[in-house]
Amino acid sequence: MLDAIAGLGRKGLLALERLGRGHLLFLQIILGITSLLPRFGLLVTQAHAVGVRTFTIVVVSGLFVGMVLGLQGYYVLSQFGAEESLGVMVATSLVRELGPVVSALLFAGRAGSALTAEIGLMKATEQLSGLEMMAVDPVRRILTPRFYAGFLSMPLLAAMFSAVGVIGGYFVSVGLLGVDDGAFWSQMQAKIDWRDDVINGVIKSVVFGIVCTWIALFQGYDAVATSQGVSKATTRTVVHSALAVLVLDFVLTALMFGD
Amino acid sequence: MKIRHLEITVGAFMSVGLLALFFLAMQISNLSAMTSSEGYEVTARFDNIGGLKVRSAVSMAGVRVGRVESIRYDQESFEAVVSMRIEPGYNQIPEDTFAKIYTSGLLGEQYIGFDPGGSESMLVQGSEITMTQSALVLEEIVGQFLFSKAEEQAME
Repeated sequence: MLDAIAGLGRKGLLALERLGRGHLLFLQIILGITSLLPRFGLLVTQAHAVGVRTFTIVVVSGLFVGMVLGLQGYYVLSQFGAEESLGVMVATSLVRELGPVVSALLFAGRAGSALTAEIGLMKATEQLSGLEMMAVDPVRRILTPRFYAGFLSMPLLAAMFSAVGVIGGYFVSVGLLGVDDGAFWSQMQAKIDWRDDVINGVIKSVVFGIVCTWIALFQGYDAVATSQGVSKATTRTVVHSALAVLVLDFVLTALMFGD
Repeated sequence: MKIRHLEITVGAFMSVGLLALFFLAMQISNLSAMTSSEGYEVTARFDNIGGLKVRSAVSMAGVRVGRVESIRYDQESFEAVVSMRIEPGYNQIPEDTFAKIYTSGLLGEQYIGFDPGGSESMLVQGSEITMTQSALVLEEIVGQFLFSKAEEQAME
């Protein structure tokens, strides 16, 4: 009986300790920007690995999500004779929710897992300790550039997702389903507000970018230094990122669009 | 050469992202139609504004000439005071213009329509439109209809 309670307590303490380590690491990564600025090349290399390589999957899925939204929206709206509002529906759902959320999920799957595996392997092969032996801070040299690359890439990826999605929705609704071209755009422009909708979507994607990259980096840095540990850490990255994105999305939506 | 290649792709990625943001701003949202600081402001008092909201359209002959900027309630006269910002291009609106609240379509949103009067002097910054007509509230119309029906029956 006492053993069970002790076990529970140990688990709770370990989880708390892990949470604390994660936040300390986050702080260290953020503060690392002072040593990142003189070596801007590091950021470019990581922006390529994190951002550019995620570009294709984000754009292609954005296109198809927009097209599906067009088809599905048409099915519902045509029952009310409101096909002209299709543009509003497609753009609102993309800019407010689907753009930031789906691109963050793709980002966690494509870039986050790669980051965790890379850093976890660095740790398993003792490259990180090697850096420390040479008096190079691995957090500043390895983690900080990756974090800022993710932080900068995520909003751009979400914006691309939304823009391409709207174009996909346009092709389906105007090209395929015969919705009026002018009504599609003019209703969209009348209903979608720059600050309320677009900027809030960008804020969401910035938050998701920070959280996803942070989780990926921490899982890699904190991984057990074996091949099994790295594989577990990679799985945890994707699961935790997806959960964090979806829960945070609810919180942010409630805060932004609640009233 | 390797670094150069990386820099080019990252630069292209960044510009595509910014282009997408620009597209969201100009083509999808209403940033291109925002004229919050230009133009002049006029106010009007209504007994009931119905579902009118800030940023609702102000139109003349069906053409949008401005937007509702703020709505507040006057506690002394029990009226709604609506202030509207009219775009600078439309500065030839007679002073005795009639402001009415209309509904676009059967279930559409509400907007303010101007019916021009015949006065020589024009609306300027700070003018108040005195002739207004409130929004039609469905319940009131139905209530009036029922009331008049009952009255007819009582007469018989």
